Amino acid sequence: MRVEVWYRDEIGDGRAARLLASLRAGALPALAAVRIRDVYLVTGVAGLQACRLQELVCDRVAQEAAVAPARDPETGAEPDWDLLLEVAVKPGVADPVAGTLRDALRTVLELAVPESALVQTARQYRFSMRSGTLDRAALGALFNPLIQSGLVLSADDWRRGKRPPQQYPGVGGNGAGRSTVADRVARFAIAGMSDRQLTDLSAQRLLALSLGELHAVRDYYRSPTVRGRRRAAGLDAAATDVELEMIAQTWSEHCKHKIFNATIEYHEGGRSETIRSLFDRCIRATTHEVDPGDGFLRSVFHDNSGVIEFDAETLLCFKAETHNSPSALDPYGGAITGIVGVNRDIIGTGRGARPIFNTNVLCFAPPWLEEVPNGLLPPRAVLEGVHRGIVDGGNQSGIPTVAGAVLFDPSFVGKPLVFCGTGGIMPSSLLGTPAWEAEPCAGDLAVMVGGRIGRDGIHGATFSSLALDESSPLSAVQIGDPITQKKMSDFLLEARDRGLYRAITDNGAGGLSSSFGEMARACGGVRLELERAPLKYHGLEPWEILVSESQERMSLAVPPAHYDALAALAQRREVEVTVLGEFTADGTVEVRYADRLVALIDLEFLHEGLPEMVLQAHWEPPRAARSAASAVPPPEEVLPRLLADPNIASKEALVRQYDHEVQALTVGKPFVGRCMDGPGDGAVLQPRPDSLRGITVTHGICPWYSAWDTYDMAMCAVDEAVRAHVACGGDPDRMAALDNFCWPDPIAAPDNPDGAHKLAQLVRAARGLRAACLAYRLPLISGKDSMKNDAVVEGRRISVLPTLLVSVLGIIEDLRRSVSSDFKQPGDRIFLVGADRGELGGSAYARLLADSGGGAAAAWRQACPTVDAPAAMERYRLLHAAMRAGMVASAHDVSDGGLAVALAESAIGGRLGARLDLARVPVASAARPEAAEHGADGTAAPDRAPPISGARAPAARHNRLLFSETGGRLLVSVPASAAGRMAEHFAGHDCAAVGEVADDGRVTVMDTAATVATWQVEALVRVWQTPL
Amino acid sequence: MADTAVTVQVCIVTGFGINTEREMALAFELAGARTAGLHVNDLIADPARLAGFGIFVVPGGFSFGDHIGSGAMLAALMARTLREPLAAFIERGGLVLGVCNGFQVLVRMGLVPGLDGWSQSVALVHNDSGRYEDRWVEVQFDAAAPCMWTQGIPRLALPVRHGEGKLVAPANLLRRIDAAHLGVARYTTVAATADSGPATVPYPANPNGSLRNLAGLCDPSGQVFGLMPHPEAFLHRHHHPTWRNAPPDQLAAMDDGALQLFRNAVRHAAARRTVG
Repeated sequence: MRVEVWYRDEIGDGRAARLLASLRAGALPALAAVRIRDVYLVTGVAGLQACRLQELVCDRVAQEAAVAPARDPETGAEPDWDLLLEVAVKPGVADPVAGTLRDALRTVLELAVPESALVQTARQYRFSMRSGTLDRAALGALFNPLIQSGLVLSADDWRRGKRPPQQYPGVGGNGAGRSTVADRVARFAIAGMSDRQLTDLSAQRLLALSLGELHAVRDYYRSPTVRGRRRAAGLDAAATDVELEMIAQTWSEHCKHKIFNATIEYHEGGRSETIRSLFDRCIRATTHEVDPGDGFLRSVFHDNSGVIEFDAETLLCFKAETHNSPSALDPYGGAITGIVGVNRDIIGTGRGARPIFNTNVLCFAPPWLEEVPNGLLPPRAVLEGVHRGIVDGGNQSGIPTVAGAVLFDPSFVGKPLVFCGTGGIMPSSLLGTPAWEAEPCAGDLAVMVGGRIGRDGIHGATFSSLALDESSPLSAVQIGDPITQKKMSDFLLEARDRGLYRAITDNGAGGLSSSFGEMARACGGVRLELERAPLKYHGLEPWEILVSESQERMSLAVPPAHYDALAALAQRREVEVTVLGEFTADGTVEVRYADRLVALIDLEFLHEGLPEMVLQAHWEPPRAARSAASAVPPPEEVLPRLLADPNIASKEALVRQYDHEVQALTVGKPFVGRCMDGPGDGAVLQPRPDSLRGITVTHGICPWYSAWDTYDMAMCAVDEAVRAHVACGGDPDRMAALDNFCWPDPIAAPDNPDGAHKLAQLVRAARGLRAACLAYRLPLISGKDSMKNDAVVEGRRISVLPTLLVSVLGIIEDLRRSVSSDFKQPGDRIFLVGADRGELGGSAYARLLADSGGGAAAAWRQACPTVDAPAAMERYRLLHAAMRAGMVASAHDVSDGGLAVALAESAIGGRLGARLDLARVPVASAARPEAAEHGADGTAAPDRAPPISGARAPAARHNRLLFSETGGRLLVSVPASAAGRMAEHFAGHDCAAVGEVADDGRVTVMDTAATVATWQVEALVRVWQTPL
Repeated sequence: MADTAVTVQVCIVTGFGINTEREMALAFELAGARTAGLHVNDLIADPARLAGFGIFVVPGGFSFGDHIGSGAMLAALMARTLREPLAAFIERGGLVLGVCNGFQVLVRMGLVPGLDGWSQSVALVHNDSGRYEDRWVEVQFDAAAPCMWTQGIPRLALPVRHGEGKLVAPANLLRRIDAAHLGVARYTTVAATADSGPATVPYPANPNGSLRNLAGLCDPSGQVFGLMPHPEAFLHRHHHPTWRNAPPDQLAAMDDGALQLFRNAVRHAAARRTVG
């Protein structure tokens, strides 16, 4: 049965109007109209009456519905459109709408819906042209052929009686898919394999294991002890596919962070050193050294997210992940799965936390980029799909999306970076025991909760550990469903509060293999019986069940005495729970299928048997350009162009679509100022409605500086996040951070000749991160790295800029003292806190000059911005004290676009003018800061760019002061009455009164008595708001 | 505030994608009531539990993902299982609130405007923009409406957070809504005065293209009220997006947020309970 639903003409359809406008502005200017029909297809449900289905899916006031008969009824009927497109998901791809319809048939219409029934949905678009014929290629943007089918019918087809189908190919249980394969377990005599055979095996099964790792696996199967134990259990010496898949998943870069734990031979300037584990040396040790030791840090690194103390009764946890590879293939599914996935990290922290905010930081190629290599999605499609995924993922979950950033650079055309973060809240104690600790005990039941298992997301963990190429596996794409997950998370919180389970973790990358494999470490073993696992459809092989990444699932350890209560609650909440086995203390992972042992692996080998990687890193220092030959544009022209740069321009068009205030915790919103459209530096939240204690959520990310030195890039990223926290009113002595590295492949190989340099960049970034965190006493509580952000297309490697995202979660003692970035009152004095060093390398200004023909190389071949973090930290503490004393009216970080952009943004937010004197801008003495660990051998920093001289000098000097992005600086306004106190407060530090807020509607920049440039605030508002 | 003998009990529906139950409970508690979150399935399993409550609330969220139409599945489920108990609840003087997705549910069930019994007569369709948007808007309330919830509140700034909030209805029905003063909440502009009438307010002040700027409806009894904007999202000054910009006099006015709306309901429910 096929039912189509559409809005009546007189009502209109906002979705269709939006699509029409977008297509007209793009590829189809002659498009006259688009009409959208929602299509519902049901096969195999006895007793279903068409009228009842129509009643269910059609709003009778606003819509019409029709049952489309299989054979053409309207013989001779003339279509009132020129082309019809119908989009449906391909078999096996998740369709949440169809899932709800299936439920509705059962619960609302009270029909028996057999497993074999096919319930499907589709969306139909009917296009009419004003003139000419419709270019079918333009419809490509409406569906993703990887996961969806697009059926196109012309008016002629229609006249000839062709119609969309009554049913699409599906994988209901009705004969589709393969039959159950109880004994289908492949065996590999790995003990006797040659190197060639081993690498072939790894490639063929997408194991993504190196030869060294394959040797370790082979050695394990050769071991007489192992052989003996296997024989006793009834297994021969051959490895089963279940075992190999489990080992490959556990050992994947995604799960084990092999590069961050590798031994690195680091070479720089003729000297060499050996670094054992960047993670231990630069991250774990750093957190240990800055731990205040007072319980602020509750759980770091080992759980699904980092946990800190908010107050005596409340803990907060925070985690960010990336979902880059899936987002490159299916931007919508990739992004939504990223969000619901990181949400599960929070739900699975300790005994379970409740998500209270989401963040997202997105790095895309510019949407108007013309040269897109074959096989890659157009950047606009990536942007729109990822954005839609975030809108649906956050909004439907009831979790506010409170902070983030969007960056554009052509290097992200190969893989976009999609960072998804989530924060959660939990009581510090639950039923009398600490809530942040949770470990299974031997004898606990191994229970799976939530969605069923399908073939979706097979090999996600290993796939994300490979470069994207033309043959990337389609099954690695999944589409998360926030509603199914919400149902599950509501249930889990109820169960948590009743103490119905002992430990919990999420099923993300690696599926059951990863979740139970990790949980088993605490108690010493687990035994699973895979045939008990609920499947979406028949035909999955045992190894597929084990590593499938089907969404919306959690794994629990449940004391047997509580299981009945858990199952009863689950039934009332319509959530599926299944006992898959039990936790043991046997020291093994034992997997059975239909009473047969299909895997037996020593837990210790699984988790500790991975051989350490030894890698080479060669640092090639950057060389400054000797002359930047470009003309220096007048500052008057530069500022509007910078404000219109999509990296700086307002993101309101995108961000308004995120629910940023559900849960009623958001007290500092993404847009600030009188007109609610000024850029905020970060979010301010009130986690507990009964307390005025607040938190900030801020980010730092500056990948462009990596082209000069990733050490400074990392320091600046930390500084930017810390500074935004301070700008919002946060306490610089109460904060915690996440580090998320997204790197191009740093392992040298014939097709990756500069891998060793990329690894050296990683080393320097990790050291810069450490230096900044030590200076700011900033603990890193959780993090993630993604190391294969390359696309190889037609033999060409496209790598992302080495990127570090720093996300800070900080405390603000009294949210009434939180501060926003917009100017408040004419006459308020403007202070610049922090000194400039005139650093333009990789800045928005330099990129602008490069783009306008000034020579791309010149943009990068100057020293990038730096930060003198110890001095900055002193100023941040002073500024925070000034804020607590109520002296500060506004504070805004000076970052992308430098002082001029910060000034303009504060003026835009306040819709107030400002005057600023460049002659009063604090300027640092010439030397660049040298942090203690700036290269273990104390290598000098690269040369600074030479000073610009000659006739261009005044404009060059002005531009340098206006657009330099030197870190550690904030633009602050204070009431005139507090200006004297403010100056005294900062006496002896780099801080100066540089101007005042004006009521003339103009931003004016002076150089002592001479006017350098002046702009109308309203004009700046327009250029800033127009691009996106 | 009402003494404990007449403390009003508020039933807040939860589950299946509803996601604003916590702040909704906080709003009623700040207004002096006690609240209980009740999962849809628990309510369906034992509808008699409704009798213990004075106020029944369907909060906002994405019930069943809005997959087969906004609020459609929850409305169909409640219409099938809770029609009689809800009718009895209202008959007894109980108050009903639906916000955002909850308003969509009330509209689908026909509880508002409720001019011709419980049958759907208006619809909430996709915004003219075709987008989900979160923005604060100015809402003005009809002083002549029978609505118990909005008495004495001339206007409020509130956030809208929806993709399907454009209220549409046949012209004759809109006339009947106007005549009975059931169109109790309308989008307006900050500058507009109370009597500047129903001229079309432009986007984004009217965020979705609602006919006659309608943001909320009540039923003829005044007990049942539904609206798209979120009063439970404005409980104190710090929820307001411009609290840092407001001069002291305006700041004081922000302090109560939309609490008056909840206090009104609690007062009416308490009075009914005392009388009963």
